[in-house]
Amino acid sequence: MKRLLFALALLLACAAAAAMEPIKFNDDAEEARFRALSAELRCVMCQNQSLADSNAQIAHDLRLQVLTLMREGKTDREIKDYLVARYSDFVLYSPPVRPSTWLLWFGPGVMLLGGAVVVVLVVRKRAGTAPAAPPADESQEW
Amino acid sequence: MIKRLLPLFAFLALAVLLAGGVLRNSGKDNSAIPSPLIGKPAPAFSLPVLGDPSRRVGNADLLGQPYLLNVWGSWCPACRDEHPVITDLAASGAVRVIGYDYKDAPEDAQRWLQQFGNPYQLVITDEDGRAALDWGIYGAPESFLVDAQGVVRWKFVGPITPEVVRDQLMPELEKLK
Repeated sequence: MKRLLFALALLLACAAAAAMEPIKFNDDAEEARFRALSAELRCVMCQNQSLADSNAQIAHDLRLQVLTLMREGKTDREIKDYLVARYSDFVLYSPPVRPSTWLLWFGPGVMLLGGAVVVVLVVRKRAGTAPAAPPADESQEW
Repeated sequence: MIKRLLPLFAFLALAVLLAGGVLRNSGKDNSAIPSPLIGKPAPAFSLPVLGDPSRRVGNADLLGQPYLLNVWGSWCPACRDEHPVITDLAASGAVRVIGYDYKDAPEDAQRWLQQFGNPYQLVITDEDGRAALDWGIYGAPESFLVDAQGVVRWKFVGPITPEVVRDQLMPELEKLK
């Protein structure tokens, strides 16, 4: 029950499109960079939304912090490192390749490869057993 | 015969895999982000004390004994659920409990504590939530266990329950002895 309430509270926090003042950008280049960067970052509260999309209070705070760091002359790399140091790899939509993320990065490829092997085996087996009956009439396709 | 049962075996293998995944993850809060601060010194902070804003408390002031930093806010319904557990924990004397009033108006926080009781040895206030970013705080309640040397040992996201105290916090405290 408490867990449910907590989840509900989280949901409400996410849904509350509270009147948050829009960010004022100095110029278009800054806005473009900010939009690109915040779309690559994951909101820590509503984990299926990017920092750019989320209405959660913490996402708003983090957006402001990202903008502040940008204006301090930090690079995108430095801003991401700042967030990772505090909120872990979770904030990155593209996590770094390391042993703990190998499954994430290479799992799909391995599965695809496994599927390909199965297909090849099945096809070979069928080719060996199926009677190679040539169509009686070449002009008739099916 | 074997060939006929092959799809069934494939289905069973898949079912076992999925059931394993579900069992492994059930009863666990998957939205909780693991804190990268564990094993590292607590972030530097200096925040005003609730009820005495001219006084500021920082890392150095809290060294010497372990403490549990409990992030809460008067706006947070789950904090109300957690409150009796925090109260019991503080009363047991197992660990100092320091309150971290997150994104809250001091008047509201004080009213909340008057209404429900104040289990905290000290409450520091972070009205704009700026210092919270350094702790990796993203909501309330959250709790950090910091040891006597100021190193973060454990973090819990969400309301602490008596089970969490028994199964996680107490063993962590035991390790510090």
